[in-house]
Parts: sequence; C-alpha cells; structure tokens
Amino acid sequence: MTCSLFHPGLLLIFSGLLIPFIHGFKRTLFILIIPCLSLLSLWSMSFGSDCSIQYLDYELILINLDSLSRLFITVFAIAVFTAGLFCCKQASSTELSAAYVYAGGAMSVVLAGDLISLFIFWELMALASTLLIWSAQNEKSYKAGMRYISIHLLGGVILMCGIAGYVYETNSIAFTHMQLNSISTWLILCGFLLNAGAPPLTAWLADAYPEASYSGMVFLSAFTTKTAVYVLLRGFPGTELLIYIGLFMIFYGIIYALLENDIRRILGYSIINQVGFMVCGIGIGTEMALNGTAAHAFTHIIYKALLLMSAGSVLYMTGKRKCTELGGLVQSMPLTAICGIVGALAISSFPLTSGFISKSMITQASIDEHVLWIWLLLQAASAGVFLHAGIKFPWFVFFQKDSGLRPTDPPINMKISMVFFAVICILIGIFPNILYNILPYNVNYQPYTVAHTITQLQLLLFSGLAFFIMLPLMKRTLTISLDFDWFYRYLAPILAKIVVNYLLNAQQLVNKFLISLKSSLSFDDKLDYQLSIGKSVGLIIFFFSILLLYFVVL
Amino acid sequence: MKQSWFYRKSSIKKLYISTLIILGAVLFVESFIVLHPHFSVEKIFGFHAVFGFLSCVGLIIFAKLLGFLVKRKDDYYDM
Repeated sequence: MTCSLFHPGLLLIFSGLLIPFIHGFKRTLFILIIPCLSLLSLWSMSFGSDCSIQYLDYELILINLDSLSRLFITVFAIAVFTAGLFCCKQASSTELSAAYVYAGGAMSVVLAGDLISLFIFWELMALASTLLIWSAQNEKSYKAGMRYISIHLLGGVILMCGIAGYVYETNSIAFTHMQLNSISTWLILCGFLLNAGAPPLTAWLADAYPEASYSGMVFLSAFTTKTAVYVLLRGFPGTELLIYIGLFMIFYGIIYALLENDIRRILGYSIINQVGFMVCGIGIGTEMALNGTAAHAFTHIIYKALLLMSAGSVLYMTGKRKCTELGGLVQSMPLTAICGIVGALAISSFPLTSGFISKSMITQASIDEHVLWIWLLLQAASAGVFLHAGIKFPWFVFFQKDSGLRPTDPPINMKISMVFFAVICILIGIFPNILYNILPYNVNYQPYTVAHTITQLQLLLFSGLAFFIMLPLMKRTLTISLDFDWFYRYLAPILAKIVVNYLLNAQQLVNKFLISLKSSLSFDDKLDYQLSIGKSVGLIIFFFSILLLYFVVL
Repeated sequence: MKQSWFYRKSSIKKLYISTLIILGAVLFVESFIVLHPHFSVEKIFGFHAVFGFLSCVGLIIFAKLLGFLVKRKDDYYDM
C-alpha cells in the first residue's frame, strides 16, 4: 500500500475505535482535534488518485480526489466536528465511537475510486450507524435499529449483486458515470437510491433516526443520505428517472411531515424532502443543476444539523419530543429558539440564509431547461418546505400555547455548537461566493437579484399566511402515519403467524404418524421424534415460500 | 411570573399588524420593480404570492384527507 498522506476517512475510523479508551477532558480534546486533522490533510492533498492496494486481481484506489469529493468531505468534517462538540461531554463513549467510525466510513465512500472499496465502506457505514442508533440503549431504539439494519443489508445485497454484474460485464472496477443499459447498473442505482430514502422503501429514515439519542440523530442526518447523493451525482447525473423520483420524495416528505406529531420525525421526513430536491437536480443533470445539488447538500447538512441540535437540546432538557407536549419554550430557551429559527429559515431558503443561495440554483436549472411543470412543482415544494419545517417546527416547539415547561438553555458546549452553525448558515447566505468557489463547476449565477429576492419573499410569506389561516386544520393529534413499513412491521408478522400455525398442525399430524409408526414397530422409547418449530423458523419458511412462489410464477 | 412578551395581548396585536404590513409591502413593491419573468404565468401580478398561498392550502388539505386513511394511534405498532 502506498499512501503519501493521511487518509481523512481512515483517520476518523481508527480514532473512533480509540475513543472508548480515552476519558475526561482528553476525550473532549481528542474528538475535537481529529476532524480538524482530517480537514487539514484533505486540503493539503492534490487532486488525483492515491493510496492504492492490490486485492485479488484488482487494484483498489482508496483516494480519488477532485473538487466534488473535496466539497463533500469538507462538509462531513465540519459536521462531525460540530456534532462532536455538541455532545462531547454528555454522550457515551460507545455513541461517539460509533459516530466517528460512521463519519469516517462516509468520507471513505466519497474518496473511493473503485466499486469494491466503495462497497466495503458503504457496509461499514450501515453497521456503524446501526450501533449509533442502538447506543440510545432502550428497547425502542433496539427494535428500530433491527429494522434499519435489515433494510440496509438488503440494500447492500442489491448493490453487491449490481457491482458483481457490472465488473463481470465491463471488466473494470472503476467507479465512473454509468448508463442504465443493463440489469447490473439498475441494481447499483437501486442500492444507491435505497440509502437516499427513495420510494418505495422511504420509511426507514423517519422510523429509525428519531429513535437514536438526542445527539445521535445529529450525526445520522449528515452522512447516509448525503453519501447516497454523492454517489448518484458521480454515477448517474442526467438520468431523467431521477427527476420523478426526486419530485415524489419532495412531496412525500412534506405531506408526511405535515401529518406528524413527533418533532424529530418531522425533521426526519424533511431530510427526505430535501434529498428529493438534490435527486431532482441530479436528474436534470446540467452543470447548473449539479452545482446546485452539491451546494444544497453542503448547506443542508449544516442547517439540518442545526435544526436537530435545537430539537436535541429541547429533548435533552425536557425529555419530550411531541408537538402535543411542547410549546412556549421561547420564554426559557431563547438561544435554542433563535438557533432553531435560523435553521428553519435556512431550510426554507429565506434570502440571506444558506438555503436561498443553494436551492435557487436547482430551481434556476429547471428554468434554464424551460420545463414549466417541473419549475411549478419545485416552487410549490419550496412553499411547502416553509410550511412543514420552516414554521411548523419552531411554532409548535417554541411558541403556540404555553405548555408550562420552563427548561433553561442547554450546557455551554451545546450552545456554542448551535451558534457556530447558525453563524455559518447566515455567513454563506450573505457571502455565497465562499461556497460557490469550491463547487465542482464554475458558477455563473447571481442569487441576489431584486426580482428573485422579492418573488421568493412573496412565495414564502404568503405560505406562512396560509399556515396561520389553516391552523385549525393542523391541530396536532397523538398519532403516527402508516407508511410502507406497515408491510414488514404489521402484515408480515401476521402472515408468519398463520404459516407457523399451519406448520404446527402439520407437525402434529407428523407426530401422530411417527407415534403410530413407533408403536407398530415397537421401537425403543428413548428416541424422541418430536419436531420443534418456533417463530423464527416460521418466518424463514414464510420468506422462502414467497421466494419459491416468485420463481414458480416466473 | 411576568408574562413573556410573546404571550401578552398587546404584543400579539402588534405582531398581527406588522405581519399584515410586511405582507402588503412585499406584494405591492412588485409594481415598482422589473421582474424578468421566465414563463408567461409569471406576468400575472402577485403570481408568486398567490401560487405560494394556494399550493400550501392544497398541501394542507391533501395531507388532511390522506390523514383519514393513514393516521393511527401512536401505539399502533406496540400492541
């Protein structure tokens, strides 16, 4: 193995494994310094390939750096630093360790130059993020983590099948732009899309993330979906199908967030909504759209982490996360409220915030392509984002009717990290060139024209008016909304139970037969002919019979 | 405890009035600037305001209707 510099991702992975052995102040120092080192080594690298390993007959390339991968790793490092600061004193070592390995895995996926190392780090991310969910250490997080890993291992199998087929067909493991002309590239696309939260398996995100600890979700929001956006950007730019998938995700996120009562699930649905904008941009595929997608991934990681830190602080201080239980917290948590509102304005792409300068590029790309209906849907969606995340989140947590709760603002490290991200959101909003200069393509776009600013304000403010006029219709209820996960959380166990019952009946018949056989042949009684079938065996038999049935139909 | 500024009757009134002023200002300032419309629908006065308002109303109503179909008690899966 030849490697001229520190690999930013591996650095994070190995230091993540060391975290449990370091305690107290040293641990705080350690978790803050490592992301900085990672960032430093990234920016001292030159573009091109590095770190190659011989594996079987292939040459794996661990570092393939260009402006796109540098952009993603930069924001990953900033996110892991700030999320680390947010919980450096409070979180358990297990949680921090899982989070750092997870972040390192994400960075390594972004740097990977070939499909094999990409896959290895892809799966490492799935494992580490599951551990991160489990480190909340309660039964709900355990079950949610099990569902989460099942879905992601399924995605991993699909991706592996695709990669194997692709390598067989092309005789190359290089990760480059792919055409949807064979079943293997379709499988690779499906594997990528599953991690982006695309339909039909959208439910895993809002199901699992909110069950992580108050700080775990800050880490979770940044990496899985955004690495998926990155690999789609690299592998499938300009694939028209992605426009429709993206639009579906955008509106799915809004509608489900409007129905939701749990503030962290609202933010979970809004991740899918925002990733929808990015997937749509990848589908449009022009330089403007791809730049917009990359920029939006960058700003989204920051303002979504800010929103989740604000929600996390509320959860940490009150132990509550439902709209029906919260309200009026602006009175005793003013700083958390202000930071939450900055994040909410940024996600709604208000002028002078980071969301405005990034999302506008995707909308502009649809204008450049002269496709009226896509533009209209994107505009309606922008209004909808303000509705479900921009107003709904701050309104139900910090304002509305007074819940009587009077928690104070969270500890100092949490405050600093929130203020830090709030400042970045506004800074990028005022000086867009900070971000535009590091985008993959040259930017020839001016977000702050008078016309654009005014029309955006009209769109958003009148959406706000709609929210308050329709407020009676938005009354929060103690409910959840059924989603695709109903099939594997409700229907499958019932069907499995039926199958098990049938099998048990069959088993009794077999037993009777064996007993009569035994008595007629007068065998020794020492042998036991009982068969035993439990629930897990039933489940496996159930899935196998479905699989066999499928092949019979084929 | 003294009531917070946000929950006083007088300040709620002030908030209402200033909101209406801002909304009006943002709408009518359109007549003083050149808008460079990209599509012909944008030439309608206040298009963005009306479109934003109506799409939100549409989304809320759609969500409400879908809610009848998909909403369940929050312990649905725990039973």
